[in-house]
Amino acid sequence: MTTQPEITAAGLPGMSASHRNLFLLLLAIVAVAPFLAYPLLVIKVLCFGLFALSLNLMLGNLGLLSFGHAAYFGLSSYAAAHAAKVWGFTPEFALGFAVLVAVVTGAVFGALCVRRQGIYFAMVTLAFAQMIYFFSLQAPFTGGEDGIQNVPRGALFGLFSLQSDMALYALVAVVFFVAVLALYRITWSPFGQVLRAIRDNEPRAISLGYRVDRYKWTVFVLAAGFAGLAGGLKAISFQLASLTDVYWGMSGEVVLMVMIGGMATFFGPLIGALLVIWMQNELAAFGAWVTIVQGLVFMACILVFRKGLLGTIADRLGLKV
Amino acid sequence: MSDDIVLKATGLTKDFKGFRAVDAVNLNVQRGSVHALIGPNGAGKSTCFNLLTKFLTPSAGTITYDGRDITRLKPEVIARMGLVRSFQISAVFGSMTALENVRIALQRRRHGDSWDFWRSQKVLARLEDEAMDLLDQVGMTGFAREQASDLSYGRKRALEIATTLALDPKVLLLDEPMAGMTQEDVARITTLIARVAVGRTVLMVEHNLSVVATLCDRITVLARGAILAEGSYDEVSKDPQVINAYIGVPNG
Repeated sequence: MTTQPEITAAGLPGMSASHRNLFLLLLAIVAVAPFLAYPLLVIKVLCFGLFALSLNLMLGNLGLLSFGHAAYFGLSSYAAAHAAKVWGFTPEFALGFAVLVAVVTGAVFGALCVRRQGIYFAMVTLAFAQMIYFFSLQAPFTGGEDGIQNVPRGALFGLFSLQSDMALYALVAVVFFVAVLALYRITWSPFGQVLRAIRDNEPRAISLGYRVDRYKWTVFVLAAGFAGLAGGLKAISFQLASLTDVYWGMSGEVVLMVMIGGMATFFGPLIGALLVIWMQNELAAFGAWVTIVQGLVFMACILVFRKGLLGTIADRLGLKV
Repeated sequence: MSDDIVLKATGLTKDFKGFRAVDAVNLNVQRGSVHALIGPNGAGKSTCFNLLTKFLTPSAGTITYDGRDITRLKPEVIARMGLVRSFQISAVFGSMTALENVRIALQRRRHGDSWDFWRSQKVLARLEDEAMDLLDQVGMTGFAREQASDLSYGRKRALEIATTLALDPKVLLLDEPMAGMTQEDVARITTLIARVAVGRTVLMVEHNLSVVATLCDRITVLARGAILAEGSYDEVSKDPQVINAYIGVPNG
């Protein structure tokens, strides 16, 4: 595998072996999960896990908190749904189109956002996400309050029908796993190294000659692209694109997932997504109580697990995950 | 020889909402010299420094570097031209090891920009021998694998110098390199700066006058945003205006 940076002379802390084992564990979990739980529920966890990882590409490595990340997730779910339903795209092209839409949108918005810092950055990303929400509500092809329903899952490459949940699961699992490996590679690339330098000390990174704004923009576009992939997968899987996925509450929820899991870790957001989705599922019967419990969990995390669940556990064990 | 000016500021002026922090400063830094910018608190040294390093944009005046007008250039661009600054508060990348700190600078110099997000950072391993050499130059070999945020203040400054040297700068701009240092650290870093200044030009803002006396060939004294005196340490230290500005009373 090309994905396990070995321990270099820099002694990159606890990288190779423990991370390879974590990837094997993840692979095992993804492989057995649909036999232990309802496949569509697992698919939901995988989609949101990928979405949370995409947010953390920017938050964890660059320290930039996007409060409008649902824009790319939601817009791409519309893009995939529209492409599959109206244009009759096969799933792989629908997903490709979803990513393209997210990347282009991210490129434009990112160029306008990355010059802002801290809370201003968060607010500008939120403002753009609200524009996307309004667009999604008003545009003729998004179905307004109804969304786009009965999206056909289609057949992969026109050959393999995704009608059965297990076939669909196989596709989602493969796409998810490859995307996680890609995100991991980006995080531990020479590029990722520069991102962490910018996060640690931006003026110093500038004084070393790094064109900081371009790095921020690039990671913004990458993060949007992966969020778009997650949104596209979700639309194809659940045969639905709706306003929920572009709403600002969704942007907040994905921040919650990352914080619960641990933003200083690579794998943490997956745990966060699992926990939030599982909670929503378990507590669905209690209606509005879901949000109250979510709030309590979030508060508990802030108080007890400052670095998130995985971040705190890794700290205790002296691991870097 | 006096016409070999590497960094030149002409009529450099900076206004902050009606307050003129730097007022028509003309500064000539000779190639190969160690030049100090000194002055009492509020004299405009730091503003002047930030103008020269492009972290602030001048209200008026021009800056040339090696005969090229850099007045409108961005800080990262002049860094790439060999004009590299340090910071008053030690500027290290806290979450990285000392070695990685130096390596990130080497990475910029050797690879230019790193857009290669699809590659493993294993490719950076080949920079590590050079990074170790640089750490060795500042006496930090034993701390290569320590996380930068855990280093003592003096070691952070030494690490910062190693990181700056990794870019092989033509002109080093040091913003109060001795600020907040213990006595032993001051001696160590003074020796270090003297060593790295060979073959380079250094411009520093510094409060510690004994350091300035030891290191610097030429001193510019600023007071209230304008140049008060310029010359060697002996010359400016005898200047009654300088004494007045520092102590407040003319001293025969």
